[in-house]
Amino acid sequence: MNFDRIREKLNILADAAKYDVSCASSGSNRTNANKGLGNASKMGICHSYTADGRCVSLLKILLTNHCIFDCAYCVTRKSNDVPRAAFKVQEVVDLTINFYRRNYIEGLFLSSGIFKSPDHTMERLIAVAKKLREEENFNGYIHLKSIPGASDELMYEAGLYADRLSVNIEVPTVSGLKLLAPDKKHEDFTKPMEKVKNEIVRYTSERKIIKSTPKYAPAGQSTQMIVGASGESDKDIMYSATYYYKMYHMKRVYYSGYVPVTHDSRLPAIGTQVPMLRENRLYQTDWLLRFYGFSVKELLNKQHPNLDMDVDPKLSWALRNLHHFPVDVNTADKRLLARIPGIGLRSVDKIIKARKFRKLNWDHLKKMGVALNRAQYFMVCDSRYWERRDLDADKIKGMILQNSTGKFRDQYSTQLSLFN
Amino acid sequence: MNASTTLVYDGSFNGFLTAVFVAFDEKINVADIQKNNQTQSGLFSETETVFTHVEKAKRVWNGIRNKSHNAISHVYFAFLSETEGIELMLYNYIQKLMRDKNGKYLDYSDSTVLHIAQLAKKVGREKHRMEAFVRFQLTKDGIYFANIEPDFDVLPLISKHFRNRYADQKWLIYDVKRKYGIYYDLDHVEMVSLNLKDIHHNRTVKSDAFANVEYEYQTLWNDYFRSTNIASRINPKLHVQHVPKRYWKYLSEKKEAV
Repeated sequence: MNFDRIREKLNILADAAKYDVSCASSGSNRTNANKGLGNASKMGICHSYTADGRCVSLLKILLTNHCIFDCAYCVTRKSNDVPRAAFKVQEVVDLTINFYRRNYIEGLFLSSGIFKSPDHTMERLIAVAKKLREEENFNGYIHLKSIPGASDELMYEAGLYADRLSVNIEVPTVSGLKLLAPDKKHEDFTKPMEKVKNEIVRYTSERKIIKSTPKYAPAGQSTQMIVGASGESDKDIMYSATYYYKMYHMKRVYYSGYVPVTHDSRLPAIGTQVPMLRENRLYQTDWLLRFYGFSVKELLNKQHPNLDMDVDPKLSWALRNLHHFPVDVNTADKRLLARIPGIGLRSVDKIIKARKFRKLNWDHLKKMGVALNRAQYFMVCDSRYWERRDLDADKIKGMILQNSTGKFRDQYSTQLSLFN
Repeated sequence: MNASTTLVYDGSFNGFLTAVFVAFDEKINVADIQKNNQTQSGLFSETETVFTHVEKAKRVWNGIRNKSHNAISHVYFAFLSETEGIELMLYNYIQKLMRDKNGKYLDYSDSTVLHIAQLAKKVGREKHRMEAFVRFQLTKDGIYFANIEPDFDVLPLISKHFRNRYADQKWLIYDVKRKYGIYYDLDHVEMVSLNLKDIHHNRTVKSDAFANVEYEYQTLWNDYFRSTNIASRINPKLHVQHVPKRYWKYLSEKKEAV
């Protein structure tokens, strides 16, 4: 191993891959076979966290950062003057295996700049995965990037070795795509997604009959959108996320606050703050859609195209729909409980189990971990004390904000700070 | 009313279950259940030593498991938390479980039940952390070696995970705090106790116990860890929340920070 050369390449190609936020290593069902190496079981593991607080669970690298495309938002676009490098297939395999053996990672996340042609690139990615699976008997997690425009045959082969496949839509609107990535067509992204979806559907149905059907991308597919690069509203983003969840059975849609990497008049300037709060609110919305039974129309619509920055989306919805409240936690059904601000799904679960034994009061709820500072305005329980005043939405919001702290508070507070 | 008795057991989980069996069997009014190396006799109670009996322990285990699989794992996990007074609390929990009809373990409005569930959760979290934070270093004799110092006694809980994952390499995980380790010899996992001269946390000085290539991979990993960070999103608070400082000295990527 030429240590210094590998070191140099790793620095360049890890640096270029870091803007891909997907880090999941969960959801697969690949178990250790024949006393080999690795076990990508259901639960993912985050092995470390970088100084920006993001998890490190996979070795996330590009095979190469040579690229024939010139997408404005991308750090490896061909017009950008950065050092370029490329790994050999064997080098990636060695790194993955040796990192895995030391319990640094859950597996490999391999992406690439597009050199020569999409198919040529995809073939090389598959070669790495194939080598890991067949020669090294590696059963860890492999996440491969679907290269936009890759052929159906290659997408089929990729799924045989990978646990998850993903193609990043990056720009949530078609018009934005035209502006920022003129070389790429929308269909280039959706075609591989469609193929992967169909193969997964086929695999799950065939597996019911023939147990030995070869696994096809058991952890499904995901995609990513950049937030804050092309002036789209939260409504645009969440409506298109919903579309991908529905049409392509996405396991996850990731939202990535745009980190300015280039001087380009079409994009925010370098040094602009990364929209982390907005990203946070979008993820909260995503969770409400996937787990809390909200529909996207309730949270974002024509009257309300952007999420509130000062309160979370569930509280914001509750404040706009006060006629649903107060809810009695001792009788309400699960769906309704999950809609009370300050009560999460774990609390819902505990409440439902505990209330079979006795009626619950404030004390019980507090011990279970309910955020009463928010929940108290929207619920009643087994107590003589509850909020009786006829408060309007602004009043409630004011009281909640007054009695709580938030990590992003300084970004949206209207109060002037005394010392600056 | 019977005079109350303090039961003394050997500190093992089976020992504790035997004590529970004895208490139920002899209808003892239990004042406390204590480990034999930290007994404290009460003023008004007698002391009785319980000898670990695997069959008796098994009966208690099965009895709880028949009530609920959830409850038995709560009992086991909470026991490993090594919290002071956990034995008596678990004894009360088991009493409640046995007295009640089904589902008592779900009564989160009962303070004992909730507390046991929360303790079990804590231990589960520590188990998961150790599955993440173990950093193997390759020794010259080809064994992947790691030191850990978990808050709770989680080695028995993580052994299956590592056995399934690293089935083709020899490894040894050693708990520095509790002075024992688990060793996998390509066939099965066994408990070992060693006399370690020095603890191998991540010093910048190289130790000659480890293979040369080991330090190359540590350098590559540290490089990777640094290049995958996005500087404009820096968030030290979140970082420390996810990787608490007490674990840093065993994480090779935090070598320079320690």
